[in-house]
Amino acid sequence: MTDTLKPRDGKDVEEAVRFAIGNEKPLEVAGRGSKRRIGRPSQTDLTLDLSDLSGVTLYEPAELVLSAKAGTPLAEIEALLERNNQQLGFEPMDYGPVFGDKPGQGSIGGVVASNLSGPRRIKAGAARDHFLGVTAVTGRGETIKSGGRVVKNVTGYDLCKVLAGSWGTLAAMTDVTVKVLPKSETEATVVVSGLDDARAAEAMSAAIGSPHDVSAAAHLPDHVVSWFDGLPNAEAATVLRIEGFAPSIAHRKEALAGLMRPFGAVAILDPGESRALWRAVGEVRPFAVDAARDRPLWRISTAPGKGHEIANLITPAAQMFYDWAGGLVWVAMPSPDEPNAASIRRAVAEVGGHATLIRAPASVRAAVEVFEPEAAPIAALNRRVKDSFDPKGVLNPGRMWAGV
Amino acid sequence: MTLTMPKPDGEVLARRERIVAALRTIVPGEGVISTNREMKPFETDGLSAYRQTPMVVVLPETTKQVAEVLRYCHAEGIKVVPRGAGTSLSGGALPLEDGVLLGMAKFNKIREIDFANRVAVVEPGVTNLAVSTAVAHAGFYYAPDPSSQIACTIGGNVAENSGGVHCLKYGVTTNNILGCEIVLMSGEVLRLGGKHLDAAGYDLLGLITGSEGLLGVVTEVTVRLLKKAETQRAVLIGFPSSEDAGACVSAIIAAGIIPGGMEMMDRLAIHAAEEFAHCGYPLDVEALLIVEVDGPQVEVDHLIGRVEAIAKTCRAVSSEVSTSEEQRLLFWAGRKAAFPAVGRIADYFCTDGTIPRAKLPQVLAAMKQMSETYGLRVANVFHAGDGNLHPLILYDENKPGEMDKVEQFGAAILKLCVEVGGVLTGEHGVGVEKRDLMPVMFSEIDLAAQQRVKCAFDEKGLLNPGKVFPKLHRCAELGRMHVVGGKVPFPDIPRF
Repeated sequence: MTDTLKPRDGKDVEEAVRFAIGNEKPLEVAGRGSKRRIGRPSQTDLTLDLSDLSGVTLYEPAELVLSAKAGTPLAEIEALLERNNQQLGFEPMDYGPVFGDKPGQGSIGGVVASNLSGPRRIKAGAARDHFLGVTAVTGRGETIKSGGRVVKNVTGYDLCKVLAGSWGTLAAMTDVTVKVLPKSETEATVVVSGLDDARAAEAMSAAIGSPHDVSAAAHLPDHVVSWFDGLPNAEAATVLRIEGFAPSIAHRKEALAGLMRPFGAVAILDPGESRALWRAVGEVRPFAVDAARDRPLWRISTAPGKGHEIANLITPAAQMFYDWAGGLVWVAMPSPDEPNAASIRRAVAEVGGHATLIRAPASVRAAVEVFEPEAAPIAALNRRVKDSFDPKGVLNPGRMWAGV
Repeated sequence: MTLTMPKPDGEVLARRERIVAALRTIVPGEGVISTNREMKPFETDGLSAYRQTPMVVVLPETTKQVAEVLRYCHAEGIKVVPRGAGTSLSGGALPLEDGVLLGMAKFNKIREIDFANRVAVVEPGVTNLAVSTAVAHAGFYYAPDPSSQIACTIGGNVAENSGGVHCLKYGVTTNNILGCEIVLMSGEVLRLGGKHLDAAGYDLLGLITGSEGLLGVVTEVTVRLLKKAETQRAVLIGFPSSEDAGACVSAIIAAGIIPGGMEMMDRLAIHAAEEFAHCGYPLDVEALLIVEVDGPQVEVDHLIGRVEAIAKTCRAVSSEVSTSEEQRLLFWAGRKAAFPAVGRIADYFCTDGTIPRAKLPQVLAAMKQMSETYGLRVANVFHAGDGNLHPLILYDENKPGEMDKVEQFGAAILKLCVEVGGVLTGEHGVGVEKRDLMPVMFSEIDLAAQQRVKCAFDEKGLLNPGKVFPKLHRCAELGRMHVVGGKVPFPDIPRF
């Protein structure tokens, strides 16, 4: 039975961390807990629950900036932005459904701590690229701030970058400031049917390498395509999204369709179909459905042109689809307790990039590396960085790597 | 000018001859420069008010040499200052009397261009513009475009997290690089990232970007390439006041338009630029906006129309849309030459704060007041879209005491930027120039946290010391922890 501390403000967070240091009681740091099952299983019996640090503290649409307490529900922020015709440009994906939960349960702090991104990653970057400022309590029990509320800022080290994607292992964030962007007026998706994975990689490369400003590119092989809504047929679908002003979309969807016709049969999805499709991509739909939920799920990040090579290097029983023009490969392994970690690590070593075991039973995540093991000098540097923020190892110890 | 740098280590200086000889065994031939005459070009960077002859200059050609030089200096306790093209405006490459100046200019090759993955792998001494030039035939370019792009190098861009006039839409360096090879002060060589989009673990690449050469020496960079838009057009809009121009910038963004570039100049800057570059700027306005939009022709036409309509509602008094590529480039020529143009009128000192855009009228008014107080004129160029302000303080170098006034004025402007919610530097870096102002923005605790990161990379503090941080602390001292705690936290609320 774990105990929970629920701070009301930054001072409480400091106090909680100092308690942890003084009593050698490491903390599991959680925002709203929607991603607790990602990473190596928690080895703590005390949870620092930041969900009461909630609320948007600054939002200036014309300045494209929003600040919120770290535990603020992402859904609340997205609704507020929606009312002002704005959005988080990095289109954070939603891990909820992957774990059988409802979508929309995460916090803005969690989004940043896990450096979430989505299909728009290829154009707009990830949370790190929109993360302007932070207030956080380090593992020394001290409140620090870094960055600010303006986009152009090179004052001091960019600690926001290293906190983004550190999964709460360096500091417990209490306040974050992010850049926001106007929502696109409209969108469309061009679908190319029937391509194999290698040909799809070429098609996506041609599309992204065109001036048509493609904002998302995914390839959905035929063994998973039926899980996605709005597609014209049951063949493999290579899908390319464009977003922007109506006259521009009217022009670009035709131009992009023309560019894609030499690759295969082309169809165009209307804005509603397009939105539904990309929501499914961002929720990893084929592997979030009941039938697939006990399959170990890998997230592989590689050079876009190399993604399809992974398929040839691992078991044919694995299922997969590609986002980020081929640079993000979601792989579901066939049997619940066997993540096939060795073959995934070998494949990634061969094609380059890194793999994260996103979903697997706790016993499995305790037994195999969840995050990509780093080369020795980088692993040593990571440990020194961890020590510089959290010398006593009281914040999410071991969540990313043993001993960090 | 007065600037306190780390005290030269007499013991190191006494060994100078032996150190030079040892470095020559690592980097043979002309790669080690040790005569004062030959070291002259290295004594300053773009912030020429500060000068210092280094102990010795080393120009390595391979990662192995860089690693060996650093390993040697690490073992011998010798400071090292890395240098790219030396265009830093904040003194980031200012040498140390007892330090090795490590010039990376010989790392000037583009190693790989990979259009399928839209990346280029380049050595750090390749100039920013050379990357775009090398891929232009295929319609690609590298997005960050600092005004010094013809001279500044990618390695320096990484160190400074350089921006440019198009970063509102396309981001700064940190958003446009995917990987690097970096050598730590210990001589260890690390490869971070690659051609994939995100970091495997901690985002060390993000941490290194903008670290001003204090964490490591970059020996290779993988940059993202973008496809050029089909069309770009710029519109010049004149306003009767800077407030109106500022309101127009906000209105454009509020309309959901993110222009490729959005620059503002005040009267003094407009006149200087026009006289210098003859670019067709209106001379009877108080503020000028250059708004550039890019995309397919139909989108550009649509957006130019909307921008002009918005400008009208913001009391614009003139508006001119570029009708040819030549004219568009001419519109930019004035802006890009604004610094040298102002330099023809007087000596100038350029500063670099960023403010929340809505605070512009307040900051401009205060600056006008200060201008009178200090008796020094100010020209303003402004990356209006992202709030990055470049006030140019005009002065006369030959007037005794004037430089001190300039420094005080510059500091007052930057303090004001922080006061209104902005920051000390938007893109030029802290270097030595803004080093002693860091406490305006950061607490002791904040600065200690940053310095502990420095310790994780360079625990002896040998790489580029005296930059960024106003006070140097030993890592052992920073690592100590005095925690007053241990009592049950906030017992008055429920625990579960």
